[in-house]
Amino acid sequence: MTTLLDLPGDPTLERRRAVQEAAASSLRRRKLGSAVALGVCWVFLGIAIVPLVGVVAYVVAKGLPAWSVDFFTKSTVPEGIPGGGVWNAIVGTAVITTVAIVVTVPFGLLVGLFLAESDGRVAASLRFTADVMTGVPSITVGIFGYIAIVRNFGNSGFAGAFAIGFIMLPVIVRAGETAFRGVPTSLNEAALALGARKVTIARKVVVPTALPGVITGVLLAVARGLGETAPLLLTIGGNQYLQWNPTKQMEALPTFIYSSSSQPYADQVQLAWGAALLLMVVVLVLSIGSRLFAARLRKERR
Amino acid sequence: MRRPGRFRLPDSGYRAVLAVAAAVLAALAVWFLIAIVVQAKPAFSTLGFSWIFGRVWDPSHGKYGLLPFILGTLEVTAVAVVLAVPIGLGTALALAYLVPRRIRSSLSTTVELLAAVPSVVYGLWGLVVLAPVFRDTVEPFLTSVLGWTGLFDGPSQGVGLLLAGVILFVMILPTMVAISRDVLAVVPNEQVEGAMALGATRWQVLYKVVVPGARTGLLGAFTLATGRALGETVAVALVIGNSPYIAHSIKSPAATIPSLIVNNFGESTGTELAVLFAAGLVLLVIGIAVNSVARWLVWSTAGSSAGATSR
Repeated sequence: MTTLLDLPGDPTLERRRAVQEAAASSLRRRKLGSAVALGVCWVFLGIAIVPLVGVVAYVVAKGLPAWSVDFFTKSTVPEGIPGGGVWNAIVGTAVITTVAIVVTVPFGLLVGLFLAESDGRVAASLRFTADVMTGVPSITVGIFGYIAIVRNFGNSGFAGAFAIGFIMLPVIVRAGETAFRGVPTSLNEAALALGARKVTIARKVVVPTALPGVITGVLLAVARGLGETAPLLLTIGGNQYLQWNPTKQMEALPTFIYSSSSQPYADQVQLAWGAALLLMVVVLVLSIGSRLFAARLRKERR
Repeated sequence: MRRPGRFRLPDSGYRAVLAVAAAVLAALAVWFLIAIVVQAKPAFSTLGFSWIFGRVWDPSHGKYGLLPFILGTLEVTAVAVVLAVPIGLGTALALAYLVPRRIRSSLSTTVELLAAVPSVVYGLWGLVVLAPVFRDTVEPFLTSVLGWTGLFDGPSQGVGLLLAGVILFVMILPTMVAISRDVLAVVPNEQVEGAMALGATRWQVLYKVVVPGARTGLLGAFTLATGRALGETVAVALVIGNSPYIAHSIKSPAATIPSLIVNNFGESTGTELAVLFAAGLVLLVIGIAVNSVARWLVWSTAGSSAGATSR
C-alpha cells in the first residue's frame, strides 16, 4: 500500500516491502502445503473406504446366491458332496449366544451397578480388571474355556457359551456402569427423600432411566460375541448334524466359515460365503438396531 | 403398596448382592490367569525357559522354539499398524473436519458399523479374493519397485506376512478411525478458531492444534487397534500361510502365536499342549507389554504437553 509520502529509497518502505513479500510467499507456501496435506487426507479416506466397502459388497455378491431354502433348513453334508445348508450352524450360534446372554447380561449389569455406586480402590481395581479383560486375546479365552470346561466335561455348546460370555462380560460391565452413572443424581436423591430402599431406586429409577445405554451396550456386546471364532474353535467341537442340546458338541456360523474357507470344494466355499453374509447381516442389524433404539428412547424421554 | 409376606430386600442385602457379583467377576479374572499359568507350567518345568527363544519348531523331535511365532506376531502387527496409523489418522481428520457436513455423520456411522464385521469374514475375503490379487499383481509389482531393499525376496505366493498384515490393517481400521474421529471432533472450538484467527491454514489448524489436542485419545485408539491386531487369530490364520520358520522376507509365509495355537490345538497332547498354553501366556505378556508402553507414551506426552503450556 503505497501512499504519497512514500519516496523511492526510503529504508522504512523498503523494509515494509520486504516484509510484505516474505509474508506473501510464506502464505503461498503454507497454502500449498495445506492443500497437499488435505489432499493426502482425502486420498487416505478413499484408501480406507475402498477395501471396507469392497469386503461388504463382495460378501453380499457371493453370499446371496448361496441363500436358498436348503441353506436355512438343512444341515451340512460331508465334504465333497454337493448340497446341504447351515441350519446346524445357525442353531448352534443361536443356542450358544442365548446361553451366554442369559448368564452374562444380569451378572454384568449387577457388576456395572456396583461400579456405578462405588468409588475408591476396590472399584478402581475392578474397573481396571474389566478393562484388561476386554483386551485379552480371544484365543487365550478359548484356552481358558478348554481348561475350565472341556477338560472336565468334553466339547460342548456350554463350553463355547462360557468362552463367549467371558468375552461379552467386560463389555456389558463397562457399558452398564457408564449408563448407570449417567442417571442424574437429583433423581436418586428424590427417590431417597421419598424413603425408597436402594433396591427400589435401582429397579424403578436407575435401571429404567439408563435403559437406552444399557440396551445399546448389551447389543454391541452380543454383536461382538456372535462373530468370535477362535474361542469356539477350541471349545464346541463342531457337529455336522443338527444339535439343540448345549451339553453336546455343536457347530456355529463363525467356525463353519473358518473350516470351510480353506476347503477345495466350491460348494463348501459357497456355503461359507452364505454363512458370512448371514453373520454379517445379523451383526449389522444388531448394531444399527441398538443405535436406532437408543436414539428413539432418548427422543421420547425429552 | 405393602403386600404382607412379600420378601423385601434391605439396603444391606442389596449392597451384598452387588458386592458378590463384583467378587465373582474378580474371581473369574483370577481363575483365568491361574488356570493358564498352572496348565502351562509343565512346559516350563520340563523344558526350562530357553525354548521361548528357540528358532526351531519341530514337536516330533521335542523342539519347541517359539521365536518364529513371536517374530511373526510382531511383524504382522507392525505391518498392520504402519499402514493403519497414517491412513486411519488421515481418514479420521477427513471425517471430522473435511467431509461436507451433510454426509459426515452417515459416513462416520458406516465406518463404525464396519468395526462390527466379524474377523472371520475378513479372513475369508482375504483368502479367496485378495490372495490371488496379491500373488499375481501386488507382490510382483512391489518386488519390481522395492526389490532392492531385500524386503521382498523370494517367490510371490499371495499368502504370507504381507497379506496377513494388510488384512489386519483393513480389520483394525474402523476401530482406529471411529475412536480417532470422536476424540478429534471434541477438541475445543475456541482453540480451532484461535488458530484460524492467527492466520493458520486449515492443515496447520489440524496438524498443530487439533491433533496435539487429541493426542491422548489418539494413543488410546492406537493401543486398542494394536491389541486387536496382536490377538487376532482366525483372520490371520487363514491368510498367513502357517509356516513355522522365521520369515526371510515380507512375502514369506509365516505364523503367529494365535495361529500356532489354533492350528495345533486339536492334535496336541502332553508337553506340546502345555507348550501351546505357555505360548498363550507369552501372547498375554506381549499384549501387556505393548499396552504398558502405550500407557507410558500417553503419560509422557501428557507430561510434556503440560510443560509446553507452562512455558
